[in-house]
Amino acid sequence: MKRTILGLLAITSLAWLGGCSSVGQVNAWEKGNLAKPGMTFESDPLDQRFTQHIYTSKENSSGGYGVGGGGCGCN
Amino acid sequence: MKHLYRKTLPLLLSACLCGSAFATEVGQMAPDFDLPGRANAVKLSDYKGKTVYLDFWASWCGPCKQSFPWMNDMQSRYGAKGLRVVGINLDQKSDDARDFLKETTASFDVAFDQSGKTPKSFAIKGMPTSVLIGPDGRVISMHSGFKPEHKTELEQQIKQALHLKD
Repeated sequence: MKRTILGLLAITSLAWLGGCSSVGQVNAWEKGNLAKPGMTFESDPLDQRFTQHIYTSKENSSGGYGVGGGGCGCN
Repeated sequence: MKHLYRKTLPLLLSACLCGSAFATEVGQMAPDFDLPGRANAVKLSDYKGKTVYLDFWASWCGPCKQSFPWMNDMQSRYGAKGLRVVGINLDQKSDDARDFLKETTASFDVAFDQSGKTPKSFAIKGMPTSVLIGPDGRVISMHSGFKPEHKTELEQQIKQALHLKD
């Protein structure tokens, strides 16, 4: 009985989570504010690029900083 | 009970994973739009019979800016052959777009869509996105992003759509 309830709870929460897939999605054309220079962590674009280059090679992942490479498809 | 799980779980999981999945695909009719332009309204159905290079852009998008000289070039080179470059601006503030157009020449038709209805109907995923539409109104190809090394391939597609030989 306990397992059934737990299972049902897991399924319900999964279904709830699934609802998030259609809520709060930022479309590519809505990233105008995210593209502003003030939204980056560093002020110097060249320096940021340099840091990101090292980070990418060390961590084997890229993107998430500003718009370029952040999934906007413009990089 | 176990049987019930086995049957419903995959179904539930797939229902969770797929959000709204619809997109304009190659070969399909391009969804029509009617948007305000710089002077007159810009309507896709008005371009019937022409090959349209539709480009979604915004003032804040760097690669979009890079693509403008190339699009001007395409319009002037293939305009007489039946190509019409149409740029749809997606800035949420129209002033941003107007400021951008003051310093960047666009010698092609420009339309403004602040609501984002058109990119939604085309289901675009990146900025800029270009859609090549044939004279019959069907989508020939879609391209996301703009890099200088894409130019030759994109031009090739335009040439092919216009039935031009190299």
